Amino acid sequence: MAEAKHGIEIRNLYKIFGPNGKEMVQKVKDGMSKAELNEKFNHVLGLNDINISMPAGRIQVVMGLSGSGKSTLIRHINRLIDPTAGEVMYGTDDVCKMSKNELREFRRHKTAMVFQKFALLPHRTVMKNAVYGLEIQGVPEKEAKERASRWITRVGLDGFEDHYPNQLSGGMQQRVGLARALTNDADILLMDEAFSALDPLIRMDMQSVLLDLQEELHKTIVFITHDLDEALRLGDRIAILRDGAVIQQGTGQEIVLRPADEYISDFVREVNRGRVIKVDTVMDKSKSLEGGLTIPSGIMLEEAAKKFADTGQSEASVVNGTGAPLGVLTVQDTITAMVTPSTH
Amino acid sequence: MDWIEFPSLSRGTLRDLRISIDGSFREFTRAYGETLERMFEPLEDFLVFLEGLLIGSPWPIVLAVLVGIVFLMSRDLKVTIGSLIALALIGVFGMWEDTMRTIAMVATCTLMAVILGIPIGILMARSDRVQGVVNPILDLMQTMPSFVYLIPVVMIFGLGKVPGVIAVVVYAIPPMIRLTNLGIRLVDSDVLEAADAFGSNARQKLTNVQLPLALPTIMAGINQCIMMSLAMVVIASMIGVKGLGQPVLNAINNQYFTMGVMNGLAIVAIAIIFDRATQAYGKRLQKHSEVIHG
Repeated sequence: MAEAKHGIEIRNLYKIFGPNGKEMVQKVKDGMSKAELNEKFNHVLGLNDINISMPAGRIQVVMGLSGSGKSTLIRHINRLIDPTAGEVMYGTDDVCKMSKNELREFRRHKTAMVFQKFALLPHRTVMKNAVYGLEIQGVPEKEAKERASRWITRVGLDGFEDHYPNQLSGGMQQRVGLARALTNDADILLMDEAFSALDPLIRMDMQSVLLDLQEELHKTIVFITHDLDEALRLGDRIAILRDGAVIQQGTGQEIVLRPADEYISDFVREVNRGRVIKVDTVMDKSKSLEGGLTIPSGIMLEEAAKKFADTGQSEASVVNGTGAPLGVLTVQDTITAMVTPSTH
Repeated sequence: MDWIEFPSLSRGTLRDLRISIDGSFREFTRAYGETLERMFEPLEDFLVFLEGLLIGSPWPIVLAVLVGIVFLMSRDLKVTIGSLIALALIGVFGMWEDTMRTIAMVATCTLMAVILGIPIGILMARSDRVQGVVNPILDLMQTMPSFVYLIPVVMIFGLGKVPGVIAVVVYAIPPMIRLTNLGIRLVDSDVLEAADAFGSNARQKLTNVQLPLALPTIMAGINQCIMMSLAMVVIASMIGVKGLGQPVLNAINNQYFTMGVMNGLAIVAIAIIFDRATQAYGKRLQKHSEVIHG
């Protein structure tokens, strides 16, 4: 199983839609806004100076509302869209400089993509969809089927191999999409609003499937979403996009605790903070406790609160993996941290 | 100036124009006619072979094979039995040989139209420029009265089978090309993007995604093509194509009402057989799009 070796490094990436995009880059660099560019030159600013370092083997979420450029951004990683300026580095290779053939090989072996509208081949069965990537690479049919059936089982589609996509529900279709991407066994998994078209319950279900898979696979996953809860649940790192520019990036906790501006704090106000903030952030490191309840480091406040409720204790020591105490967490601090919205 | 009469070229100029164009075309046919005829010889051989096969073989075998093909395509007992009855009646009323000639003709023309039309349709779907060039030509082919392009065809090839095939193909190929083009252009761009994202090259995209998804539309094109070939049978008979068209033409010239109706009905019957069989086949190709789950 290929574990991701390289992260993805996006540097100074610009995308300007229009006939003279290249000439417009300088104007944007000099501070021209999206609205002004559109009004004066009739060019649309898609991405504005994007710099994101996506760590290998982690889930990088790119979040933004519609029109923020998030789908444009993910399509630059496998260059379904050509950039106007900038670099997308995978290891030492710049995706933007690859020749047609290099790009095709890169897409075949290094990336796999899951789409919002599933984009399955309607005339092919589940199995034939899953082997599509391998078939294109020229992998012999028997081997391809063996590899694919493993992933079909893994995403829970056992017994549906001979069904056509139209015979499946939306959630199951996206499982096919996921199986098709995983069968490719690529380092990079690109997920473009992969769960946005699904019902809330099924979406939660699919998020769990993805997290379970990631626990064993450690791929570099780029996940696009417009849903903050989804971003916080899945993302090891989150970048928030607005009008084609990154306005904040960091871990979910960093974004919830220190929103960069009014726009983001509006976003995070309604978030269930107990599920985002770790006990380590709230605990008092200066204190220590003899005996009593212990809580493992790195868990979320909500889980800690559950432990307090279960045991009836009001204090606990937070311990690391070897059992060494790191600090003390009180019920009072836990509750305060969970209900206080960020004041910005 | 006189505003009542349109200032046309003088009669003399027009006559000279006609004479010089006709003259140079005649010279062209004299110079290249034989070469062109030789180029189309394989086509004629094929048509003669098919005709000979259909007419020369014992009728029960031909009937069984034709009905068998209809069944394999439609997988529908009603259509199959209907075809059997229709073909039997045609035989009973003494039109078997003419019908076989017409079937051979239509089959050859459809085959030609498919062989030429699908690649042209694919090229058209690939490039807007090709589409821009081909579309007006197709418009011309569909609206130009067929008698007009029969003139140069007959001048080059004389009377016979080959000019007949050419005239029919010219008339019947436009829907084949147009529907191939349309079918490919209508393929969902999301699915194409997915094919790209997995690293398909142009050929893989064409064979794995575009053609299979355009197939129902292409089948409709083939169906239209067959129908239009049949419609041309009577006109083609004017330049010596044998088959059901000739008795119809004969009936028109001599006001033989019954003869006209009988042969006309035979044309209708094979048209319906072809249509039902190809349509049912097209529908079966779309089995995958049946929605079972909401």
